Amino acid sequence: MSTQLTTPTDRQSAEALARSKGEPQWLVDLRGEAAELAGTLEWPKPEKMRIDRWNLTAVGAYEQGKAVGSVAELPEVVRELVAEGTENIVVQHNSSAVLKQLSAELAAKGVIFTDLETACKEHADLVKPYLFQAVSAGENKLTAMHAALWNGGVFVYVPKNVEVELPLQAVLFNNKAGAAFAPHILIVAESNSSVTYVDYVVSEPGSIDAAFVHHSVVEVFVKPGAHVRFGSIHHMAENGVDMTLRRSVIENDGQMEWVVGDLNDGYTVSDTVSLLKGNGSNSDAKVISIGGNEMKMSLTTQATHFGRSSESNMVTRAVMRDNATAIINGITKIEKGATKANGVQTEKVLMLSPKARGDANPILLIDEDDVKAGHAASVGQVNPEQVYYLMSRGISKQDAERLIIYGFLAPVVSEIPIDAVREQLQRLLERKLEG
Amino acid sequence: MATHFVIDGLKAEIEGKEILKGINLEIKGGEIHAIMGPNGTGKSTLASALMGHPKYEVTEGSATIDGEDLLEMSVDERARAGLFLAMQYPSEIPGVTNSDFLRSAINARREEGSEISLIKFIRQMEKKMKDLEMNPEFAHRYLNEGFSGGEKKRNEILQMAMLEPKIVVLDEIDSGLDIDALKIVSNGVNAMRSEDRGFLIITHYQRLLNYITPDFVHVMMQGRIVKSGGPELAERLENEGYDWVKEELGIVDETVGQA
Ligand SMILES: Nc1ncnc2c1ncn2[C@@H]1O[C@H](COP(=O)(O)OP(=O)(O)OP(=O)(O)O)[C@@H](O)[C@H]1O
Ligand SMILES: [Mg+2]
Repeated sequence: MSTQLTTPTDRQSAEALARSKGEPQWLVDLRGEAAELAGTLEWPKPEKMRIDRWNLTAVGAYEQGKAVGSVAELPEVVRELVAEGTENIVVQHNSSAVLKQLSAELAAKGVIFTDLETACKEHADLVKPYLFQAVSAGENKLTAMHAALWNGGVFVYVPKNVEVELPLQAVLFNNKAGAAFAPHILIVAESNSSVTYVDYVVSEPGSIDAAFVHHSVVEVFVKPGAHVRFGSIHHMAENGVDMTLRRSVIENDGQMEWVVGDLNDGYTVSDTVSLLKGNGSNSDAKVISIGGNEMKMSLTTQATHFGRSSESNMVTRAVMRDNATAIINGITKIEKGATKANGVQTEKVLMLSPKARGDANPILLIDEDDVKAGHAASVGQVNPEQVYYLMSRGISKQDAERLIIYGFLAPVVSEIPIDAVREQLQRLLERKLEG
Repeated sequence: MATHFVIDGLKAEIEGKEILKGINLEIKGGEIHAIMGPNGTGKSTLASALMGHPKYEVTEGSATIDGEDLLEMSVDERARAGLFLAMQYPSEIPGVTNSDFLRSAINARREEGSEISLIKFIRQMEKKMKDLEMNPEFAHRYLNEGFSGGEKKRNEILQMAMLEPKIVVLDEIDSGLDIDALKIVSNGVNAMRSEDRGFLIITHYQRLLNYITPDFVHVMMQGRIVKSGGPELAERLENEGYDWVKEELGIVDETVGQA
């Protein structure tokens, strides 16, 4: 196989596109510089996964979605995710936002919930200090390309001391081959605020007949004492490559919760990182995945501790079928000075096929003595004693196995805070496990 | 119709070792049979072979409930035919709540389309849990995960009460129970006594039989029932141990499969 030499953008075209969308000059410059960097940098190299052999250049061309007045005008794949009466929602269709709504009550409190392109124009003072600060554009070819080409996206801003009780919901969908689909999600939670954000990134079924790349970056800033819950389900089509980097910066006593379902039908690179900068900061990450057919996935969770008494917990669970491959990395990094830090991680793989491959790689990198760290990793099959126990109560073998597999994934499913999304997730799991 | 459970000449092996060497036992609806016997004599093997644990291979004999051949059935079919085994070491199933599990077990006994309603199910379960003095939160806990030894045993009895089997095998249901729990569990069993239900209770201790009075007591050694009697046999075993039985029968090593 040949390695890829092309970079799917350059300074001129990135700047031209930005200008044509009426983006502010600072953003045009940012994109132009990033595009130039992209030409000089290498693709990231996830552990044991040769993504440089994947088709990473099919990023498509900007394709403006048609704005709508309500969810009812959107395809079924979106409608079934959004409960009647949902007030706070952003929807992205291919390359741009087509719907954004925020309740008057939250707006009055100073909460901002809109697409990121709009936020860059209307709230530059709030966006600029954070955009590409958790993930810098110059890290590698992927981040640079994304900085040059991201579109649509979501911006969440929660002022100091404001608690947003209802979850903010986003649905991001694509349905056209060749249409760029590259949302950037930016969440800023000021001191002692709290917010829950849940998104669903999905391809409209049967709509895409050519290879595509979805590249996405999520940046979350958790200020002192703030609490952010972030839930995300990805279910993109078989001919897609999903490369998503999520990173949060957590200050003193801040709390970050990640709940991620990597449930694409195509290839996936998913990298979820918490930077525990503050003393007493806390991060909890739960990731589930189902691999089937010829899928390849690289799933990484990472917690890097800088703050004293910071705590992290990471759980990844994957069910592997057919000929799928998953490389699952858990990285707990404790920097010098992060005394009394505590980092725990678990990776578990359930193998349903002898031809599937699942590697769990727990990695502990510890530069401080006064800390606690723990890890557990396992790769195994459905336990026959458990099947026997359930069958001994009258449950058929098939149902027993199904219960055990769903139970394996339950820690993430039960954490999804929006009923409609959780139910959709259940249906998706059923399809994936029984199809 | 009164239940009729018959085990005839049952032999079973595990990994090529014969453990059960011909068990004969008949249990009628309404009867309580106790099986006692030293460690490693095949009591749990009997229970597992009846239930159909995949590791045990039955080589000879038969077991029927009301004339239906159990040994021809898969594990789940045996359960649906009316057999229930409260296990010595119940499995833990993470991620599956006790109530989801029990509802699946009940619905497995019903036709598609006539599943138990959620409300009715919850009401039933709450009532039975109350009878067993279980904290209602156990309905939402993952099945046996992190349960204490005694909590697992109580949960086995809860399942028995919900599933209303015809033949109940209790394998050391008393182990790990404190005195109060022993009474509660015994009450649970006694409340289930009926003309169309038979019990086979495996235990090491007379104290369980103080609460659940058996009609018959059997002693198992070397993979066989070597002696049978009434409740007084259990009392004598409690007081004197097994040496007199071994002497009477000329048995030196009572265990089985220890090559
Ligand atoms: N999975 C197994 N593999 C090998 N040997 C086994 C297995 N299960 C049971 N055995 C053997 O079969 C014999 C009978 O065991 P069983 O569990 O039936 O005894 P028991 O009478 O129930 O004892 P206890 O009173 O200690 O529960 C023992 O020698 C035991 O080691
Ligand atoms: Mg035993």
